[in-house]
Amino acid sequence: MSVVTAEHGHDHHDDHAHGPEKGWLRWIVTTNHKDIGTLYLFFALAMFFVGGTMAMIIRAELFEPGMQFVDPKFFNSMTTMHALVMIFGAVMPAFVGLANWMVPMMIGAPDMALPRMNNMSFWLLVAGILLLASTLFMEGGAPAGGWTLYPPLVLQTGKALPFAIFSVHLLGISSILGAINIVATILNMRAPAMSLMKMPMFVWTWLITGFLLIAIMPVFAGAVTMLLTDKFFHTSFFDAAGGGDPVLYQHIFWFFGHPEVYVMILPTFGVASTIIPVFARKPLFGYSSMVYATAAIAFLAFVVWAHHMFTVGMPISGELYFMYATMLIAVPTGVKIFNWTATMWKGAMTFETPMLFSIAFVVLFTLGGFTGLMMSIAPADFQYHDTYFIVAHFHYTLVPASIFMLMGAGYYWLPKWTGHMYNEKVGQLHFWLSAISVNILFFPQHFLGLAGMPRRIPDYAIQFSDWNMISSIGGFIFGASQLLFLWVVIDTIKGGTGEKVTDEVWEDAHKHGLEWTLPSPVPYHTFSTPPTMIPSDHR
Amino acid sequence: MNDEVSVKNKKLGRKLAIFAIAMFGFGYALVPLYDVLCEWKWIERDRPDAIKAIPETAYSIDVNRDINVEFITSLNENTPMVFSAEMPQLQVHPGEYHTVNFYAENKTNKTMVARAIPSFSPALTSTYFEKVECFCFSEQTFTPHEKKIMPMRFVVNPGLPTDYKTITLSYTFFDNTETVIKK
Repeated sequence: MSVVTAEHGHDHHDDHAHGPEKGWLRWIVTTNHKDIGTLYLFFALAMFFVGGTMAMIIRAELFEPGMQFVDPKFFNSMTTMHALVMIFGAVMPAFVGLANWMVPMMIGAPDMALPRMNNMSFWLLVAGILLLASTLFMEGGAPAGGWTLYPPLVLQTGKALPFAIFSVHLLGISSILGAINIVATILNMRAPAMSLMKMPMFVWTWLITGFLLIAIMPVFAGAVTMLLTDKFFHTSFFDAAGGGDPVLYQHIFWFFGHPEVYVMILPTFGVASTIIPVFARKPLFGYSSMVYATAAIAFLAFVVWAHHMFTVGMPISGELYFMYATMLIAVPTGVKIFNWTATMWKGAMTFETPMLFSIAFVVLFTLGGFTGLMMSIAPADFQYHDTYFIVAHFHYTLVPASIFMLMGAGYYWLPKWTGHMYNEKVGQLHFWLSAISVNILFFPQHFLGLAGMPRRIPDYAIQFSDWNMISSIGGFIFGASQLLFLWVVIDTIKGGTGEKVTDEVWEDAHKHGLEWTLPSPVPYHTFSTPPTMIPSDHR
Repeated sequence: MNDEVSVKNKKLGRKLAIFAIAMFGFGYALVPLYDVLCEWKWIERDRPDAIKAIPETAYSIDVNRDINVEFITSLNENTPMVFSAEMPQLQVHPGEYHTVNFYAENKTNKTMVARAIPSFSPALTSTYFEKVECFCFSEQTFTPHEKKIMPMRFVVNPGLPTDYKTITLSYTFFDNTETVIKK
């Protein structure tokens, strides 16, 4: 490029004409939202299998009572690491990846607002996860006190403690930067015709999730920093000997932790609200109520945290307040579920893989929501607390909800991303195996919990044997089925069924989202000039 | 992306980053806030200042009520001590003063500074359990292998709701030697 063009070509130098960088360096230095989205999604998929392998170790050990394969310390490390890897390595990055890919295309923007920071947040994530993984090989093993890192137990972690804490810092910074970027993109870069109340639901849910992340990740970083100074610098935030209180940690942690679960579920809602209307061939029912419900859930997320701590000792007025406030969440959540159902009502539905995952999500997430409602009742929670009942509950809200919608999103957008159609037969097989086995895996855990089996233990009383064995069998089938998804992804990238996909891929999809007005596969740069029209089904 | 939007993006990005930093501060602000909230009168206090001496006042003794006071002694992690109560439990009438001796021994060749932290069950009873004298009010220094008999004088306030028939009082000794030396 000559000196002359560099002078006056400054404005459009970066954005137009360039294809991707040649060679592997492209993936290191890229600032393209599609490349970074792809990196996030592949990284999340890899971590899904890493965390999944840990889950398989857990289920193998619990297949029969008694100690079989691993020692208890390692088992506890597995439950802790499985959670951390799945939350911070798989589910959150996967949604950030989807946001990177889809948000600019859905709002008619050329790229993310802060492309270089985008690159940085991805590589900080990789650094954080590598640091976390390295604790597995340290003296004293990886953290084994549960992903909540409660003191004083977590302070007994060996050499790994400071590394685990720094990895939380890195992961936190990564998600904060990612969230800042997404919020800035949505607020500043929308096509002129797209007002806030005309944005697709996925964009709305991510706008709200972005604010949640910016608000809570620093609080978590603060809490783990307090752990660090308690352990190494003789502060006494949580140390009873110095006048501190371990219960304080739980309050700070759950102030982060409860909104964190909505960080994982709100984008899930966004994906469901995107897919269901397309396959029901109707606009989303109750768009504005969906927006307000999402905002209401996000607000309530900040004022219900202590329902995770009903049994640790709280004034009765506290128990009552947190009980009623928690129950209130069922209202906006119910609004959403009824809206999805109403969207399908009398729709001309077809049942391609993304829709199957969405329908399963609506049904199974509702189930997980109901068990949540049961546990919101403070006196009843004394029975459920720290048993397999809570394990069943949050796995129902994460696996057949968040994970299913991520899979659904994969099937839904893969043809757009790659320009190839995925193999529908294998997709449907993947769906049915997953949907059946996920219930074999988690449903019996309700019974185990009600019968009193505690969570995070490597061994159990023999009366729990049968359901544990069934649950493990479900787990193995579920784990193996996910390899089908990996196959589908690779196969689709390589050419899939060979069927040529149209620009809108799904019938009339262009009515539902701007991304379907672009060619398939999507060119490296899109919407260099903002679109003037937005889809008719946006309100 | 044109320059105007790019400047706008950076501005908004900076604002959001400041918000994130403020939230980090808020995390720390929760520490004093927590103490303030626990002191609020309209929330029943479940975390009273159980390490403050209350001057001995004469209550009328309610001989018709028996309260079973149980004593639990434990050691944190690897605190190298022996620690026990003179008796596992004691029947008292509300308003009646009693002294219970606790026995502690330093098992090391070094001077040790340790602190006993109390905990009540049910938590609400702690407000009615008044201590005139207690080894838990301050840090205890033990010379090498020192054995100590430490008294704890208390009264159960007759205002204790009649629902409560048993009070469990647990003390845990924490080895604070390192912390004290560092300070």
